[in-house]
Amino acid sequence: MSTTTVSQLDKVKDGPWSGGKSPWNLEYGKIMMWFFLVSDAFTFSAFLIYYGAQKFAQPTWIDADKVFQSIPGIAESGQPLVFVGLMTFILIMSSVTMVLAVDAGHRNRKDEVVKWMLWTILGGLAFVGCQAIEWTHLHHQGFWFGRNPATGLEGEAVAEALAPYFTKDISYTAALQFANLFFTITGFHGFHVSIGILLNIIVLSMTLNNTFERRGTYLMVEKVGLYWHFVDLVWVFVFTFFYLI
Amino acid sequence: MSNHHENIATAHDHHDHGGMDKKGIWRIFFVLLALTALEFLIALGFVHHWGIIQKGMFVNVIYIALTLLKAYYIIAYFMHLKFEKSSFIVTASVGFIFIVYFIVLMLIEGDFLLYHLQEHPLFPNN
Repeated sequence: MSTTTVSQLDKVKDGPWSGGKSPWNLEYGKIMMWFFLVSDAFTFSAFLIYYGAQKFAQPTWIDADKVFQSIPGIAESGQPLVFVGLMTFILIMSSVTMVLAVDAGHRNRKDEVVKWMLWTILGGLAFVGCQAIEWTHLHHQGFWFGRNPATGLEGEAVAEALAPYFTKDISYTAALQFANLFFTITGFHGFHVSIGILLNIIVLSMTLNNTFERRGTYLMVEKVGLYWHFVDLVWVFVFTFFYLI
Repeated sequence: MSNHHENIATAHDHHDHGGMDKKGIWRIFFVLLALTALEFLIALGFVHHWGIIQKGMFVNVIYIALTLLKAYYIIAYFMHLKFEKSSFIVTASVGFIFIVYFIVLMLIEGDFLLYHLQEHPLFPNN
């Protein structure tokens, strides 16, 4: 083999398509988490789009300001958006503590990761607790999967039972679809939050167990962080379409 | 494999996190808080309390725009997508073209059903 001339074929290729380097510079698990979240976003999109389609298909719709107007323990009625505002704030706040945990992980600061993970878990529990109160309140009013306050009533009694929840015309079907979709979508979201809390607790235990310290990287915190922010992201949309519009 | 992990982790540490230190995180938090506060100001103040704006298409468009803006801040900064390679940003987001199409499709469908599928009576609300 000649030592002085290197043929064209023997040159080391270093273009972007020549391999040898990570094209996305992301760890495998993080890419897979992203792909899972993209698919999950499609599921939530389908739910919310169906909600929109139902709204377009009904001549009238329930008035969210009239359904959600209580602050548990403070005001029974007349306060729309306040309680759900609190829930939104809790979730955004827990998203921030999650980024702070990820940031602490980058600096390999175990104590800070533990602190911020604990706050995140606390925020998640507070959110699920508020969700439970909201569900209970609605259930007491007569809304549930497949039923609304007028279920089982006939004629004018239907309109009377549903009048408090409508500003425009009253429709039994609209109230029913609203109840079904509210419990399905917030239920699916609450399920995601619960899973997120569980994952956060697992990652917190692994942190306390020095697993990441031994591994030398807190990448796992980033991965559950992605999931947790996604849950917050979905809530931003649920909040807009159920409570604001 | 573990070697591979470490390579990526260290490469990551060195140049990818410039944009998001603690100060940056709190800045994004206040942006999200301000956008949410604006939504509440519109919903509770302008629409509910003072009655300056009527519920309807106009205010809904504002809500959706604010929501998409909040989504952008969460995805770009909290989920760190803005700082990933552009090919990954495209990979993660290009599929949502189908969601846009799906929205258009289902709203047209819903509008069609409005005039063709009314089984239950409507009661005027006095």
